[in-house]
Amino acid sequence: MNLTLHVWRQKGPKAKGKLETYQATNVSEDESFLEMLDEVNEELIKAGKDPIAFDHDCREGICGMCSQVINGKPHGGQERTTVCQLHMRSFADGDEIFIEPWRAKAFPVQKDLIADRSTLETIMQAGGFTSCHTGGVPDGNALLVPKPVADYAMDAAECIGCGACVAGCPNSSAMLYTSAKVAQLAVLPQGKGEAKARVKSMTDALLDEGFGNCTNHYECQDACPKGINVKFIAKLNREYIKSLV
Amino acid sequence: MYLLTSSVGRKQLMAVTGLLLVGFITVHLLGNLSIFAGSEAINIYAEKLKSLGPVVWIFRLVMLVLFLVHITFGIQLTLENSAASPETYAIKQRTKTTFAAESMIYTGLIILAFLFYHLLHFTFHLVQTDAVDAVHTLVNGRPDVFSMVAKSFNSAFVSIVYIISMAALFLHLSHGLQSLVQTFGFNNGTSQDKVIGIGKLVAIFYGLAYIAIPLAFLFHIVKI
Ligand code: HEM
Ligand code: FES
Repeated sequence: MNLTLHVWRQKGPKAKGKLETYQATNVSEDESFLEMLDEVNEELIKAGKDPIAFDHDCREGICGMCSQVINGKPHGGQERTTVCQLHMRSFADGDEIFIEPWRAKAFPVQKDLIADRSTLETIMQAGGFTSCHTGGVPDGNALLVPKPVADYAMDAAECIGCGACVAGCPNSSAMLYTSAKVAQLAVLPQGKGEAKARVKSMTDALLDEGFGNCTNHYECQDACPKGINVKFIAKLNREYIKSLV
Repeated sequence: MYLLTSSVGRKQLMAVTGLLLVGFITVHLLGNLSIFAGSEAINIYAEKLKSLGPVVWIFRLVMLVLFLVHITFGIQLTLENSAASPETYAIKQRTKTTFAAESMIYTGLIILAFLFYHLLHFTFHLVQTDAVDAVHTLVNGRPDVFSMVAKSFNSAFVSIVYIISMAALFLHLSHGLQSLVQTFGFNNGTSQDKVIGIGKLVAIFYGLAYIAIPLAFLFHIVKI
């Protein structure tokens, strides 16, 4: 199939960017979205032009590096799908595709489609440590975690920290990301001890890093390639209320 | 104070004041609906309210504080959030949020403007004086609140002001009610769709019930 791409090009962090139009020709429907871009880049390189810069790493949907807003939706809007797992069969011959970087004050664009998402790490670091044993390895069965609790924590831990929740949020809030981390640690024995301090320091860091406040639009849940549910934000709210008393 | 600088803390304050304001509009609606029970009923209700004296003033003070907190944080929230998302996408696809959610600040400001108008109108009797002067006449020894309201809403302009404002209240609640539930942390993942649906129904109820009052007089369903 042949496609028309409108891609955000920006030379550097301070430069003014704009959408440029490219043709992607002979695209196979079995290619991933990133492979399609690789081919466009090969043509650009052959023509002596600057290839489109974009983030990627694992290309199997687990690292959270690929970060593109495709036709107005982070990761293209296919349910539980990262850009690297998005396949060209979900597009049709002749389609026009808009490709933009994550946009938020807390995610400054570095070049083309690459935004600096290290502010998410700052929130994570603000969460601090969890108390644990030092010395000998404890017996694996000594610390019992009921199955529903383990499942709940795993659901929250599915977050790959890609930042799609921020990119999709009308307020550019990182509350879904933060809530997944807060919820996961709040229900496990290893994280309970510091739960009160953690929910405060992480949500404070969220504001300090320039993210917006959550006003319950729920766009984040739809944008999340891992299907993280906004019930974790409700959990964060409960943890916050608990931390006050 | 920590709550005032914390993102979630302010969210809780918005929700607590929002909930108390919902409490207010509930009581106010019940009182207002007495207008459908005949002219005597609302006059008695109005006289009872007035006779409470200092209680009324304490109530007004509490309302003032609630509004100030809700509005201050509402405006701050909106400013911070637009500062956090300075650039918009060339193509924007929103799948979950609603018009009501995206216009909370605007519907809120309409409610605020309406509040001033409403107070000048029915509390201080300073606008539409030809109609509100009726309140200075005594009927069965009580101020004739019924005629004041009835004559006011015979004006299409005044009725439309009230109807538009109550439509804004409906929109504000249709996002706000379910938002409140989420903010207080009640969402187990499966309850949310129901809460959103019920929130909209309740908002429709408030909207229709409030709008029924000017409509009833405008179309002479309730007569003077
Ligand atoms: C009778 C009057 C009002 C009622 C019953 C009311 C009710 C509510 C409720 C229930 C919420 C949701 C709270 C939450 O979940 O955090 C809310 C949020 C909000 N209100 Fe009001 N409100 C009223 C007046 C106003 C006014 C006058 C403004 C003017 C600025 C305003 C601006 C906002 C804003 C900006 C939000 C935040 C949006 C969000 O968090 O979803 N409200 N209101
Ligand atoms: S490249 Fe790792 S998730 Fe897409």
